[in-house]
Amino acid sequence: MLHTVNKSPFERNSLDACLGLAKAGSAILLIEDGVVGAIKGTTIESKLTETMQSSKIYVLGPDLAARGLSEDKLVDGIQVVDYGGFVDLAAENTAVQSWL
Amino acid sequence: MKFGILINEGPYQHQASDSAYLFAKAAIDKGHEVFRVFFYHDGVQNATCLSSPPQDDRNITALWSELAKEHNVDLVVCVAAALRRGILDENEAKRNGKDAHNLADGFRISGLGQLIEAGIQSDRLMVFGD
Repeated sequence: MLHTVNKSPFERNSLDACLGLAKAGSAILLIEDGVVGAIKGTTIESKLTETMQSSKIYVLGPDLAARGLSEDKLVDGIQVVDYGGFVDLAAENTAVQSWL
Repeated sequence: MKFGILINEGPYQHQASDSAYLFAKAAIDKGHEVFRVFFYHDGVQNATCLSSPPQDDRNITALWSELAKEHNVDLVVCVAAALRRGILDENEAKRNGKDAHNLADGFRISGLGQLIEAGIQSDRLMVFGD
């Protein structure tokens, strides 16, 4: 299943809820303000690293760039995709859950 | 693949409309079909033709209208959400005794059944909102 999270983990608990409920083998895509959660050195980093042992985490490149965040600031293992990659993820996974 | 899209947030608020539009564009560019975009809750504000953003800003309503025209995307606005927020087509304006209507080109007003149908007919239903 593809999960999308669109709010910063420091504003809402949607990323935390998503990480807690996503099953192994999930794809989690951070979009809009959610991209803030992908930055290295925050309190949520260890949870992301732990999740990446069984699932994949992606971040939407254009939304990262729009916030002045560069890819070298990302937690290791998080992959950057563009809108085309977002579409591919939605197509590859059998269902999509938007955490709003 | 067939995509259905649900938008629950107005334009220029956060980013839901922009994300949904760019997703729809990317999907069409990749050869997928966008079967329907359903505008619900404050998302109905995307459908007003009176929206007049500054010239150097994107006109979200116009972008949707253009997408509908070019790629035959069905843009459906929830009737109950729309009437509450002053989004009316000619028929609804007449029915409610209003002297103006503002539904933009390419949009149509209909009911929640259209959202259910989009969920059934599409391979994936993508939700964008607050």
